[in-house]
Amino acid sequence: MDATLKKRLERLALEIRIGVLEQMKARGFGHVGGSLSIADALAVLYGSQMRFDPKNPDWAERDKLVCSKGHAGPAVYSALANAGFFPYEMLKTLNQPGTSLPSHCDRNKTPGVDMTTGSLGQGTSLACGMALGEKLRGRDARVFLIVGDGEANEGQVWEACMFASAKKLGNLVLLLDVNGKQLDGCTKDILDTLDLAAKLSSFGFDTVSIDGNDIESVYNALERTRNGGDKPYAVVLNTVKGKGIAAVEQAKSNHSMAVSTEQWNEWLLSLTAQLD
Amino acid sequence: MMDLIYDGSMDSRLFKDILGKTIKELSEQDSDFIYLDADLMSCIGTCGWATEHPERGINCGISESNMIGVACGLAATGFKPVVHTFGPFASRRVFDQVFLSAGYAKNDITIIGTDPGVTAAFNGGTHMPFEDVALYRTIPTATIIDITDVPMLISVLKQCKDLPGVKYIRVGRKNAAKMFADGTETPIGKAITLREGKDVAIFASGIMVHEAMQAANKLAESGIEAAVVNFFTIKPLDTAAVKQYAKQCGNIVVAENHSKIGGLYSAVCETLARENTAKIDVVAVNDEYGEVGPQDYLQKRFGLTAEHIVETATALLK
Repeated sequence: MDATLKKRLERLALEIRIGVLEQMKARGFGHVGGSLSIADALAVLYGSQMRFDPKNPDWAERDKLVCSKGHAGPAVYSALANAGFFPYEMLKTLNQPGTSLPSHCDRNKTPGVDMTTGSLGQGTSLACGMALGEKLRGRDARVFLIVGDGEANEGQVWEACMFASAKKLGNLVLLLDVNGKQLDGCTKDILDTLDLAAKLSSFGFDTVSIDGNDIESVYNALERTRNGGDKPYAVVLNTVKGKGIAAVEQAKSNHSMAVSTEQWNEWLLSLTAQLD
Repeated sequence: MMDLIYDGSMDSRLFKDILGKTIKELSEQDSDFIYLDADLMSCIGTCGWATEHPERGINCGISESNMIGVACGLAATGFKPVVHTFGPFASRRVFDQVFLSAGYAKNDITIIGTDPGVTAAFNGGTHMPFEDVALYRTIPTATIIDITDVPMLISVLKQCKDLPGVKYIRVGRKNAAKMFADGTETPIGKAITLREGKDVAIFASGIMVHEAMQAANKLAESGIEAAVVNFFTIKPLDTAAVKQYAKQCGNIVVAENHSKIGGLYSAVCETLARENTAKIDVVAVNDEYGEVGPQDYLQKRFGLTAEHIVETATALLK
């Protein structure tokens, strides 16, 4: 991987994290853990992989992103603001009355959000339909699907995985965010999903398992999905929930957090210091 | 007035054959039209065609929730999907998927639920939706259709293809009484007066329209002039027609192959609650589950016959 590109994407990941905290600081609370865990993947996606035009968010030929773990909306919004889909200042309206930035992704409210999600599992089928649609339209667009490891409890995820494989959706890239935690605690204690990479392989996905918070690993894993083919791709992102803010990483319960403005400011400062 | 050809006789054509034929024709006419099924293609005669055209007829296997999501994803890429499965799976099994992935997300799809209510017959209680209309009515701006005959099914399928929003069509797979001449168009949202009357108005949908027509004949023998109005569009309800007949007749019997809770009867009562213009009663299924048996047995068992309509109307007029 080119060193300049790597540096640029690492900086973008940092900026995405800063945008996440800015949103939550303005509202006082938010789904911080699962937003921070996918910041690096979103940086690689919007910074090097996806074809899009922020001035024309509905451009038919664009690559699409479905964040099926819809509660990570703030991470997506931060990536979109950094990509120029809407003014950065808008991030401060997260969950305010009448906002365009609701907790969970909504394609009818936010420029650049390609699909509405929030009821876990549903985004997986939606992404399959979109990938099939792109194929039937003869377009070479890729559809990126972000799924959480907690979300993998949902049966619909596996129905969709069977479908993706059976219908040969080689333009579908499933990014599974294995941050090891869900709302009530550790995934292995609540409903152990065992080896998710092995599961996805057995469902017919071309699967790799990588450090999902390492830009170069994510970049290399996604570059190879440009090849298309008959198999859908899965990239198992082994991540840390709350990645980038030590106190959030270490918090026992970090799915959604409400902390003081001073606390958000302190965390923001620790990130902005790394920008220089 | 529609071209009504009703004489009580049955159409020899089966709904399932018409469904298969119309889906194929719509697919040939509109390259954006796409059909999805959950391993029930053989039940509506689409299997052969879909196997030859797997890009136009998608068999999703026995995974209804996924099928709804896939259809919505296809809608997001510009297609006009129609999905089919049996009524219970097309409603309660996929309710959250239809509500959010289709309705809330504004992915426009048409859902066909076959074998509504007692038409599920030998598939029995597990397959007998008396609550599908109630569920769909709670989805904002959904369109709900209860099919009466073959020309209506063809007309409604054509209209739903291009209508925005969530569209739910409940229809049997067997045959039904002949009602309208072939080629009749039945505009969605507009109730159809089949028979005029001044004493009581029978509001019916689906298979109960035939029963309502039979009941009106019998009521006429007793000197009671019953109007029969086909409310095949349960949502959006033709509230003007409801209010007009409430005023005109002062007595209304609602007849539906559905639970008394949440269906056409509820919609009519909600419409007239502030009007205070008519007495209303209902011929529909009580608050109970379905069971197995031939359709004629089940119609008697659950009180869905012309005789029940006659009794209810007569009691209302006393």
